[in-house]
Amino acid sequence: MIRSPRLRPYISFFRLRFLGGMQYRVAAFAGILTQFAWGAMNLLLYTAFYEADPTAFPMGFEQISAYVWFNQAFLTMFMLWFLDADIFAAIRDGNVAYELVRPLDLYRMWFVKNLATRTAKVVLRCLPILVVAVFLPAPYGLTLPVSLGAFLLFLLTMMLALVLVVAFCMLIYIVTFYTMNPLGVRIIATSMGEFLCGALIPIPFMPDGLRRVVELSPFGAMQNLPFRIYSGHLSGAEMWWRILLQVFWIAALILFGRLLMAHALRRVAVQGG
Amino acid sequence: MKLYLRYLAIHFKSQMQYKTSFFLTLIGQFLTAFSTFLGIWVMFTRFSSVKGFTYPEVSLCYAVVLMSFSLAETFFRGFDTFPRMIGNGEFDRILVRPRSPVFQVLGAKIDFTRLGRLLQAAVIFAWAIPRSGVVWTAANVVTLCGMILAGSLVFAGLFLLYAGICFFTLDGLEVMNIFTDGGREFGRYPLSVYGDAVLRFLTFVVPLALFLYYPFLTLLGRSESLLWRICPLFALLFLIPCYAVWRIGLLHYRSTGS
Amino acid sequence: MIEVSHLHKTFRVARRNAGIGEAVRALFRREYTEIHALDDISFRIADGEMVGYIGPNGAGKSSSIKVMSGILTPDSGSCVIDGCVPWRDRRAHVANIGVVFGQRSQLWWDVPVIDSFDLIRDIYRVAEHQYHTDLDELCDLLDLGEILRTPTRQLSLGQRMRCEIAASLIHRPRIIFLDEPTIGLDAVSKLAVREFIRRINRERGTTVILTTHDMQDIEALTERIILIGRGKILLDGALDALKAKHSALRRITVRFAPGTPSPAARPLPDGITLLSADEGRAEFGVDTARLSVSAAIECLTRDIDVRDLAVTGQSTEELVVSLYEEFRI
Repeated sequence: MIRSPRLRPYISFFRLRFLGGMQYRVAAFAGILTQFAWGAMNLLLYTAFYEADPTAFPMGFEQISAYVWFNQAFLTMFMLWFLDADIFAAIRDGNVAYELVRPLDLYRMWFVKNLATRTAKVVLRCLPILVVAVFLPAPYGLTLPVSLGAFLLFLLTMMLALVLVVAFCMLIYIVTFYTMNPLGVRIIATSMGEFLCGALIPIPFMPDGLRRVVELSPFGAMQNLPFRIYSGHLSGAEMWWRILLQVFWIAALILFGRLLMAHALRRVAVQGG
Repeated sequence: MKLYLRYLAIHFKSQMQYKTSFFLTLIGQFLTAFSTFLGIWVMFTRFSSVKGFTYPEVSLCYAVVLMSFSLAETFFRGFDTFPRMIGNGEFDRILVRPRSPVFQVLGAKIDFTRLGRLLQAAVIFAWAIPRSGVVWTAANVVTLCGMILAGSLVFAGLFLLYAGICFFTLDGLEVMNIFTDGGREFGRYPLSVYGDAVLRFLTFVVPLALFLYYPFLTLLGRSESLLWRICPLFALLFLIPCYAVWRIGLLHYRSTGS
Repeated sequence: MIEVSHLHKTFRVARRNAGIGEAVRALFRREYTEIHALDDISFRIADGEMVGYIGPNGAGKSSSIKVMSGILTPDSGSCVIDGCVPWRDRRAHVANIGVVFGQRSQLWWDVPVIDSFDLIRDIYRVAEHQYHTDLDELCDLLDLGEILRTPTRQLSLGQRMRCEIAASLIHRPRIIFLDEPTIGLDAVSKLAVREFIRRINRERGTTVILTTHDMQDIEALTERIILIGRGKILLDGALDALKAKHSALRRITVRFAPGTPSPAARPLPDGITLLSADEGRAEFGVDTARLSVSAAIECLTRDIDVRDLAVTGQSTEELVVSLYEEFRI
């Protein structure tokens, strides 16, 4: 068991959420089934488009299959609209003032809580989906990674993508300090974000101009990156450059989030909660 | 009816208490539906057609399913949020009142923000109707209205089924999303796109195709079949098993409580 | 008239132990325990009676209320209320009862109270003229006046509870079930709510069944209590008789100069028990059947530098605690 003081809050949050999620076994099974059906329907749809014009396809069909199954398996880990209602409530009711009294770094605590919630939710769900997907007939199934290197980079960029998604969500929470009503930011971030990060349609399908912009934005460095590395759609220099960009965005969003939060909390302190 | 109007009024009044949130949520619903539409647009920037359906035709199909769904979601939302109603004891309150539980659940939640999707559907209709190549004869207009109406009732039936199952699981059953949210998302393409097996399933088991696919073909002039035109009527038969499950669930609830 | 006889109800409850391993196991197999929520419950309540229905949490109170209000179907036994079997003729039955769940509101949070009342009128199909007379009367009794135009979310807890009760009376029910009607209220609001319940009972002849943990409610309102524990009726009788039976106990509190010898330190005669003691203060229980109060005082104050002395009877609160202890619930 890991006993590092930095990890301990993560582990206790994870335990809490994991046990909480376990209570609803029907819901867990149902969730897996739903995501599986969702993936299957998506693949059937891509099949129809593939039949219409295979040359217009920006990815190999097996690559799209991998993308679709990963997207379903890790849905709860990456979805942008999955935000913590408690945090919004704490900000709105001013209870955040009490949190400031505690000897904790609030940014890190929220960050860790979000990381833990997302991983706890995904742990139960991803395996069954991935296992079934592996056994599906080609080209609909999940193929093995193109190389061991690609697989290791896939794992690395997955973790980084999760950190990036949480760093982005942190910005949504923090902006609420200023707007008080979380809805506006949430709505734009989530409705457009889902589209831009490739949760609805893989980014390579977008028209070139839009695609280039999206790929430079933080959205392009979210789940889209590991999924494409796994299947070999990204490799070589382009891949390294995108990983670098991903690291850059993580650093930038965290830095920006911390600065903004420090400013917001000073305001809270001045207003007296 | 008078009581239902009173429910409508009280919900409207309540939601108008928080105008900012109301309009923001409305816009959110509009935008979420819009991002799905963007998805269709993205695909058609690469492909000229799918299974013989063009971009305006697919858009028309999406508008139909979106409008049906948002109507159902606005007025039948009580069933959609039913687990909460059981969880917080609100349903017990309903049972100690001398009116039909179905009617009271309907009245318990009417969410006007969901009309944001309806608005999006209207916009897409406005764009797609002149471009779809459909000849707007009286028969076609009636068919289109029938499709939307039957569609919202089929979605309502799905919500009712979901609520009926909640009596047993006491927690929302996510599987139902495959047909409700999934119906909305995947119904944006004519259902034949997904292959024969899926089409058959969506014809005979969960009859989304009966209001969304067959009459759609007659609208586009690809079929002359009168039977296909009146398919939305058959879709309504789906409400019978849904109601039966609700009744069984209610009996179960009243024998186990909690 | 409420006639309940031999009601039984058993629930199956999933059991789960702590720990991740257990949770994983429970995903696939669940163990159940049976709980007898109602175990041969029988009683009879006449029209116009006011009855306190008490017992600790999980004793079966809410299950029996649910049966009587038609929400829950029992496994066996019968319950006839004004000629109706609640769970069989639910709709007809609930038109004649009112239910106040103390912790859940039936009022719409964001709109003025009167809008909720109007809605309830339509739900129960109350005739217009009756509604107006009744509403006036209720407003008068409960001092609602201005409150009616205020959105529920802006009301104090006491105001809200009065509105809740009024809302349950709009359709003139013959029986009203009140679940914790004074929970969380301040002293003044509690008095107002109690007074209102008493008047409703007296002036309209409404049968009142009250479940509460607040013994002052019981004392102020009811003549009869039914005590339920672990699904069984443990006691059913007049509050006064019960008190008389347990009234043999007195409590003597002695205050004395700090630093002087304490009466708690001496050997105590039969019939006196030490309840608590600290610096300058000691409390004793006296069983008057074995020792008179004067003898006890005499014994406790001898050679003591007494500053103050008080003799008190047992409160209803203590009575119920001793009943719970007696029945081990």
